[in-house]
Amino acid sequence: MSTATTTARAVTTSTIATGKSKDRNLASLIFLGVLWFSLFFGVVVLLALIIDTAIEGSGRFDHYLFTDYEKSIAHEQAQKFSELRGIPVEDLSNHFTGFRGGILGSLWLMITTALLAIPLGIAAATYLEEFADSSTWYNRMIEVNLQNLAAVPSIIYGMLAAAIMGLMGFQFKGIVIGGAIALALLILPVVIITTREALRAVPQDIRQGSLALGATVWQTTRRQTLPSAIPGIATGTILGLSRAIGEAAPLIMVGLAAVQWDPTGFTSKVEALPMQIFRMASSPQEAVQEAASAGIIVLLAMILGMNAIAIIIRNKFQRSW
Amino acid sequence: MSTQPATATSSTEGEPSALSLSIDEEAKHSVIGEVPAESVMETFHLNVFYGDFHAVHDVNLTFGKNEITALIGPSGCGKSTVLRCLNRMNDLVPGARVEGEINYHGQNIYGPKVDPIAVRQHIGMVFQKPNPFPKSIYDNIAYGPRVIGMKVDNMDDLVEEALRGAALWDEVKDKLKQSAYGLSGGQQQRLCIARTIATKPDVILMDEPCSALDPIATAKIEDLMLQMRKDFTIIIVTHNMQQAARVSDRTAFFTAKPDETTGNRTGLLVEFDRTKQLFSNPADKRTEDYISGRFG
Amino acid sequence: MTVVKEPGPPLGAGPAPVLTARSRPGETVIKALLRTAALLSVAITIGIILAVLQPAIDFFRQVPLSDFLAMSDPAESGELKPAVLPLLWGTALTTIVALLVAVPIGLAAAMYLSEYASKRARKWLKPTVELLAGVPSVVYGFFALSFVTPTLLNDILQLKVSLTNSLAAGLVLGVMIIPTIASLSEDSFSAVPMALRQGSLAMGANRMQTTVRVVLPAALSGVAAAVVLGLSRAVGETMIVALAGGSAKSTSVDPTEGHQTMTAFIAQTAAGENPPGSAEYNMLFAVALLLFVITFVMNMISIRIVRRFRQAY
Repeated sequence: MSTATTTARAVTTSTIATGKSKDRNLASLIFLGVLWFSLFFGVVVLLALIIDTAIEGSGRFDHYLFTDYEKSIAHEQAQKFSELRGIPVEDLSNHFTGFRGGILGSLWLMITTALLAIPLGIAAATYLEEFADSSTWYNRMIEVNLQNLAAVPSIIYGMLAAAIMGLMGFQFKGIVIGGAIALALLILPVVIITTREALRAVPQDIRQGSLALGATVWQTTRRQTLPSAIPGIATGTILGLSRAIGEAAPLIMVGLAAVQWDPTGFTSKVEALPMQIFRMASSPQEAVQEAASAGIIVLLAMILGMNAIAIIIRNKFQRSW
Repeated sequence: MSTQPATATSSTEGEPSALSLSIDEEAKHSVIGEVPAESVMETFHLNVFYGDFHAVHDVNLTFGKNEITALIGPSGCGKSTVLRCLNRMNDLVPGARVEGEINYHGQNIYGPKVDPIAVRQHIGMVFQKPNPFPKSIYDNIAYGPRVIGMKVDNMDDLVEEALRGAALWDEVKDKLKQSAYGLSGGQQQRLCIARTIATKPDVILMDEPCSALDPIATAKIEDLMLQMRKDFTIIIVTHNMQQAARVSDRTAFFTAKPDETTGNRTGLLVEFDRTKQLFSNPADKRTEDYISGRFG
Repeated sequence: MTVVKEPGPPLGAGPAPVLTARSRPGETVIKALLRTAALLSVAITIGIILAVLQPAIDFFRQVPLSDFLAMSDPAESGELKPAVLPLLWGTALTTIVALLVAVPIGLAAAMYLSEYASKRARKWLKPTVELLAGVPSVVYGFFALSFVTPTLLNDILQLKVSLTNSLAAGLVLGVMIIPTIASLSEDSFSAVPMALRQGSLAMGANRMQTTVRVVLPAALSGVAAAVVLGLSRAVGETMIVALAGGSAKSTSVDPTEGHQTMTAFIAQTAAGENPPGSAEYNMLFAVALLLFVITFVMNMISIRIVRRFRQAY
């Protein structure tokens, strides 16, 4: 099989080598140009997005962005800046609005989401990969169900989370645990699917070696398979969490709203960075738009940072078997 | 004494051509030579199926205590399948089904109350490709005794004993904490043998243990097997006939018979006898053809 | 003849080792826990249906189906605007614009990755394309609102577009689903057997002809699955359309106007304060149920097709 493919590739390459002139006619070159354009179209859009947003928000890269709550400013500061910059005091709050609530809230939400989704996701993936007999109808159903869940609109997870919060008897909307349930439901399929891939990448040889010594399936899983799969699981989980941190739609459904305080526990009212951006983005005031742009750069930096960590883990620890 | 009389009856007289026989008839014609005096394991009418596919047909074998038994035959003849039944590793293949009995010290290991994990604790296995765990050399050895809950007074001593038993101690004694992946292929395979010895099994199954190794590493493992024979019963699958001739006490020769309609190849036992006897004076024409290199 | 010794004690019977099953309570408990976690995924699906179905049923008790499946709201409906067809049209229009962007670009990117890029280049280029999927949709929404509409559509292309419009939302939505389409299409291109390409090249076709006339048709079902999955993503996406697609129902065919979509309706209505149990509140769930059913059907179609082409090669 692999030999056949190699031969096929060799033949293909040699055919191309001799037929080079045919691949250089005008139509082919235009075609290749279109493919190149398509490949880099996304990158260009992404660059335009980042540059445009960074320029728009450039006036707001100050510490108030991180230290202040939404639309709030201490009175004496307001006086000082009003004189300094010639902005009316009433309008000042918009110029110094900050993302403290959103940044702290998003971190709280992310950690709580991780606590909910990671153990559940790894447990489910471990069952499906190491214990389940994939030929039975119910395990196949779980499989199809997971694939579907990965593509369910995120806003619907928010509705489910709101219903769960109602059933659990929480009186207040917009608290940490509610948002975290919504986000955990959303990324659970992602965590399960990536964990399964990481487990599948561990060679069968390792499992057989352990089982042949008289280890049980769970001993083999806990002591051999899972430890070997940790880098892959970590990479997938971090990518899942980076998706959770940028989501706003499900949080709308669990009623997250602006807060003027730091979260202190799982039942504190909480704000999230993308929610704050969403509310500010539709504001007609220039100053708020400017702050939203700066907030986006903060959010993108957090997400890119998480992606970078995921890539570093993958490159550093992933074994090629 | 309890020596079974050598009731080998040649089946060549007036036998119709092999192809016209049904597989049942043909299996009845397998030649059983001298059977070991003291046996550890026996198979009775062993049949293996993968789904609808009949992989192995009616194998009857006796494995002698402190002997090395080699299973040989062309590829697809079911020798590895038979080996994997002996410690129930075949249970892990989806759709695999075993009929017949495999008796180990008088107990059918496919019996209803038998725990495959307990079976594997007594009957260890070494695989075709060296498969050390991604851990240190020390932890590779200590893993087995730990997971099966063996009472160990001093793990360091056990590790040393196992590594000595696999003729690896001198080469690795200074780097026990280093990763097993730093060892050469041959060393890795001996580490896998040491890992198996550490759990003190009774029988060790080896599935083409030298096929991924160079000749020097192969020679070391063959020497090791001959040393290990005094403590263990060894059953080895090999595609290398010289290896079977060099190390084994008894040899079982298998062949594959294609089904006329589906073309699926079913493995069956042709001949089982003392290695010397089987190689010098094979009773069956097919054995003779195979060992003289005329087919396979 | 074969000699078969009857089953019995071995000839040199030693002490018989114990092979009977030990009970391993820890193992059983852990397996049960892991299975529960796996079954939770099924519970989530059931939970979604239950959470959405009950208020949706209440809604249909309060409002006649004919008002829901209508092109426009009844003249005197007050707060409640029960017509869903305009929302469905808004979703359809935005999705069409998105697919017009994402299908050609995603397919072309997949063709390059599968047919032209070296293995090494692919290792770098694929994550680059997939980076687009990592950007939060609220960021895309802001980009549509603050750059695509005013700068790109109004100033550069000189189109007279509304402040919020389906064109800008659709374009950005299309960019967002490029990775979905490119990634799955690339898988199906790569699954096309080498022999097919070889045959075409041997007949004197060049690489472009081989890609377009041999590889693409052979991978068509996989491409279809990719497009359907991209479609499902576009239909379910919320933040872009909530920010940039408009907040009023419209049945106009003009994409330069604003059209409220199903998801935008849910997000924008939920952000307001409707008392639970009211028809306005329950309508959220009726629309969500429709949304879930639509995306569910599309996901199933996509999963089916993928399964079939995985078997084919």
